[in-house]
Amino acid sequence: MDALDHPRSAVIIAIRGLVVRYADRTILSGIDLDVHDGEIVVIMGASGSGKSTLLRHMLGLERAQEGSVMVLGVDVASAGQAALAALRQRIGVAFQSGALFSSMSVIDNIMLPLAELSDLDPTIMRIMARLKLEVVGLGGFEDLMPAELSGGMTKRAAFARAIVTDPKILFCDEPSAGLDPAVASAIDDLILRLRAAMGMTVVVVTHELASAFKIADRIAVLDQGEVLFVGAPEALRQQASERIQNLLNRRPQDDTLDPEDYLRRLTAEHPLRPVPL
Amino acid sequence: MPSIMAPRPVVRALDHLGRRTAGALAEIGLAASLVAESFYWLLVGRRRRQPVRASALFRQMMEIGIRALPIVAAMAATIGIMLAIQGIHTLRAFGAETQVTLGIALSMTREFAPLITGIMVAGRSGSALAARLGTMRINQEIDALTVMGISPVRFLVAPALFACLIIVPCLTVFNGFVGLAAAGLYVSVELGMSLAVYAEEVLTILSPHDVLHGLGKSVIFALLIAVIGVVNGLMVSGGAEGVGRATTRAVVQSISAIVITDMLFVFVVTR
Repeated sequence: MDALDHPRSAVIIAIRGLVVRYADRTILSGIDLDVHDGEIVVIMGASGSGKSTLLRHMLGLERAQEGSVMVLGVDVASAGQAALAALRQRIGVAFQSGALFSSMSVIDNIMLPLAELSDLDPTIMRIMARLKLEVVGLGGFEDLMPAELSGGMTKRAAFARAIVTDPKILFCDEPSAGLDPAVASAIDDLILRLRAAMGMTVVVVTHELASAFKIADRIAVLDQGEVLFVGAPEALRQQASERIQNLLNRRPQDDTLDPEDYLRRLTAEHPLRPVPL
Repeated sequence: MPSIMAPRPVVRALDHLGRRTAGALAEIGLAASLVAESFYWLLVGRRRRQPVRASALFRQMMEIGIRALPIVAAMAATIGIMLAIQGIHTLRAFGAETQVTLGIALSMTREFAPLITGIMVAGRSGSALAARLGTMRINQEIDALTVMGISPVRFLVAPALFACLIIVPCLTVFNGFVGLAAAGLYVSVELGMSLAVYAEEVLTILSPHDVLHGLGKSVIFALLIAVIGVVNGLMVSGGAEGVGRATTRAVVQSISAIVITDMLFVFVVTR
């Protein structure tokens, strides 16, 4: 559906029939999603909707049990280590927690992908890292340690590390989560600025509605492991679906519980014994 | 509703046993693959332009070895003096206290130096390794390395493993020297034997085989400490509490593995 909605540019991420199960729980049930070159796609959903699992599959951190996840022409579900390593040099990831290495200074964190994966001169690497720190608004903070950064600064440093190799696709996991509205808005502006300046494709996973509507070209709504909607933010607002309206208006889902399932959960720790008659 | 009834105790016990066995096998499999992958990166890393960095190796050796020197020296001296006291006390009953050098030299070189070094490194560095990797795992730092295309095994595991394999035998030799020297000081004071005579006796008693016996054990202990620390760190789940559990588990498993392996080694080599 979404591929037809967006004929303007090539599809660089194509997910088809992705199914993920942990034990007897189905986390993702047949996800189909396309991401086009140069767009910002926001994957939105409540906690437990499966959006982080979907992101981990796009990054190749987990392998799909069913279906395929093609990223820049590589099927990450079945690719070998060498193909995955090559692909990973063309993507950048800004993690929710920042995931900066606590034993390294900010500049060493930013330089790490260059230092480990290229033969560049250390001076050149330092200049490139400083440039990226300037881009994200952290110029002058390069010698600080991650523990000395605020939440917003940590996110910015994570962005700088994610873009230091000039990736084709930038993935962001909950970029504005845990930040005050002003800082969250600044992070949204940063994502828009990065796309404009570097022309990269951006995939954002978030549950922040304001953030999603501000930055997205298209929004994919995930609920209980299914894609409910993919399209422009304006089109999403006009959706009549009750599940989508619940999400947009922050109403809890009608959580009808199976009585037997409820009893099983209650007695999980202390199982009932059959009563002798 | 049969589905909510408790299974029979025997079935529960078998289920528990099965899960524990599967978990243990998974850990052993992970350990074997980590060791194999570490050697792979050591051998072909440079060709693939992703070498195991000497700087990371030296940093680990500094942390595991050099910073442990004071505590290893203190423990070695204590054990050496304790052996001398016990040896003289026991042999005095037979009027053979001058033979104490034999017991000290052999037990220190073959047994106590590798064992005490192993236990010290397990408590100090094995736990630190598990805590560091566990914290990195829950902070998504290991995921970050993976998605950057940097192998976490090459970057984190291999330097720790090879540093342990190099530095633990060195610490064992140091431990042996300090223990023998401390015991010699006590013997010279207690029995009036000069240090030169004591040293000459020790050198006469010890054969290369005794030294290799101690060093061989220390290499096995080093492997156990690194692998157990790494596996526990990489399998952390459940946040900060999980890191604490992994750290404790790493120390308990390492020390238990060292003591049991020591016994098996002695059994196989000396029979």
